Amino acid sequence: MTTTQVQRAAAGRRRAATPPDPAHALLPSPEPVRMLDERGTRLPTAHDYPEPSVEALVRMYRRMVIGRRFDVQATALTKQGRLAVYPSSRGQEACQVGAVLAVRDTDWVFPTYRDSVALVSRDIDPVEVLTLLRGDWHCGYDPTTVHTAPQCTPLATQCVHAAGLAYGEAHQGRDTVAMALIGDGATSEGDFHEGMNFAAVFKAPVVYFVQNNRYAISVPLSRQTAAPSLAYKGIGYGVPAEQVDGNDPMAVLAVLTRAVEHARAGRGPYLVEAHTYRMEPHTNADDATRYRDAAEVDAWRDRDPIARLEAYLRATGALDDATVAEVSAEAEAYAADLRTRMHDAPAVDPLSLFDHVYAEPTPQLREQREQVRAELDADEEGDA
Amino acid sequence: MAATTMAKALNAALADAMSADDRVVVFGEDVGQLGGVFRITDGLQARFGDRRCFDTPLAEAGIVGFAVGMAMSGLRPVVEMQFDAFAYPAFEQIASHVAKLRNRTRGALSVPIVIRVPYAGGIGGVEHHCDSSEAYYAHTPGLKVVTPATVVDAYSLLREAIEDPDPVVFMEPKKLYFAGAEASLPVRAEPFGRAVVRRSGRDATLVAYGPSVPVALAAAEAARDEGWDLEVVDCRTLVPFDDETIAASVRRTGRCVVIQEAQGFAGVGAEIAWRIQERCFHALHAPVLRVSGLDIPYPAPMLEHTHLPGVDRVLDAVARLQWDDQPDPRWLPSLEGSAA
Repeated sequence: MTTTQVQRAAAGRRRAATPPDPAHALLPSPEPVRMLDERGTRLPTAHDYPEPSVEALVRMYRRMVIGRRFDVQATALTKQGRLAVYPSSRGQEACQVGAVLAVRDTDWVFPTYRDSVALVSRDIDPVEVLTLLRGDWHCGYDPTTVHTAPQCTPLATQCVHAAGLAYGEAHQGRDTVAMALIGDGATSEGDFHEGMNFAAVFKAPVVYFVQNNRYAISVPLSRQTAAPSLAYKGIGYGVPAEQVDGNDPMAVLAVLTRAVEHARAGRGPYLVEAHTYRMEPHTNADDATRYRDAAEVDAWRDRDPIARLEAYLRATGALDDATVAEVSAEAEAYAADLRTRMHDAPAVDPLSLFDHVYAEPTPQLREQREQVRAELDADEEGDA
Repeated sequence: MAATTMAKALNAALADAMSADDRVVVFGEDVGQLGGVFRITDGLQARFGDRRCFDTPLAEAGIVGFAVGMAMSGLRPVVEMQFDAFAYPAFEQIASHVAKLRNRTRGALSVPIVIRVPYAGGIGGVEHHCDSSEAYYAHTPGLKVVTPATVVDAYSLLREAIEDPDPVVFMEPKKLYFAGAEASLPVRAEPFGRAVVRRSGRDATLVAYGPSVPVALAAAEAARDEGWDLEVVDCRTLVPFDDETIAASVRRTGRCVVIQEAQGFAGVGAEIAWRIQERCFHALHAPVLRVSGLDIPYPAPMLEHTHLPGVDRVLDAVARLQWDDQPDPRWLPSLEGSAA
């Protein structure tokens, strides 16, 4: 054999040994997708995500500003004793708003307790969103009218609900997509895996959107996974995945929009991991200085998603001082209205405790209801 | 009337419910092509197609959680947990979501799911196949808990469970699956929340449910030789519970033994005994007694007969119902040392 023949044969063997692997299509980009740098400058793209329209980005900016103002107001309400507790998502606004802008009103969102900003961005009444944390009931809104499941506290359990709802909707001929929101900690729970597996096996149109904010209360990401990134968890279930810079609003919206299109087209679930950061402690009751350095938090301050989008939109001329002031005023009015409406303690009715345990109370619950009524009557007589 | 079994009656109830309502979907492990390990779903996939009856991945939390989402979309899922102890991975979904969604949302969202659980022992099963897990569910507000003891009830209660607006844990006594009986199906019996007197008697009431009902009936039959005329009440539904029928029976007889196959401590039988003593105290001639399984993990097959409450253990309890107006000597204060 001549040298050339040997080289050709070797090249042929290499080709034969590495046929195109369909599994590679399931893998995320090796680096998180970015479209805007930290100063809001448009980056040259190494991928083919279509750029969201300027109108969509201005809408996103407005939602993010109002969402952050809501978040700050809710934290303040804990200090005034109006809320029992509040888990802030400050710093995650690109994810919170991107998740709901990527879906239709008729699509379902399955949020966690940290996703209040996503809910208000879906135009759910903020007082109803905060009912859980104010403590006058659990879920304050009607999930069936706003197509949003109750905020889920048992981690990752909503991943399977999203799969079942999406499958059930398709079963009945509707093209609804389910958007399941989860955090990095929740990816360690069994229901995250069972949800993705069910969705994949039944080709259910679900987008699993992991907001990796680096901490599960105090436990860092390194204790949740040894995977290169959480997006790599998709391939084991046959679920295509992507990772995105979670503080880049343009990239978040672009990646989630494609994931939703994939699901709606009947191609099954999609996993998106957004790399972001929880700027505040787990809740107002947590002390984050016990487990992370101020320097780390400061570094993330420079990657603020709102500042990034504002800089980009100003540079393109889509946003000017007047519009920024207008949005800011709208956010202030939103917060003021919330303050007013949260000022008075809500009326609670102890007898309503028995109303919704079952469609009709059991005889045992009716007995207990009468007992409580008697206790209340006795209290009233005592007060009189 | 035709000869049938509880397994066939359950199968007929599923088929009739699926015919009556397109929203009813049946799924779980091995329920499709195979028809379930106990054949309860036999033929459903062939008849209704694999969109109405299908196999799932082997993951019980996933099965129940999937059912929650499907119910949210307007379907009526009926899921099978293959065996009692295999349902434990689903417990978080059941306790935190299935049971609570209606209440969490002030009635806006309901999840009418039926979770079928083949339960209890007496079939020589190896470990993890024979647990009596009813107390876990009955202790969880928001669930209805139903357990048939007859072929007619198996059909009727399952149809009612599928039609019910609330989630129902439907507990099927495995050892009764294949016992033959005469019944004409379809049939409707007493609704949820109604206990039924299976045998009338004057001297004492045996209260039982599920796998213990045949034991109670056999004990009542055997008790005739001792001169006791025993009444047997079948609870049928543990939630909602029929206090009235049971209290009325005990007020008539003045004596009561509660029988359950499950281990006794903190079990359903304890709750029933308490409810009876509270309601019937002045009609009682003896403390309410309870016969149950032992407080041990379910034993290996060759030892299960020691664990399971049988006719003899029931009759021993009946004998201790203070027929001669003497207190049970086991509970008298010790005299040792009291003279000092």
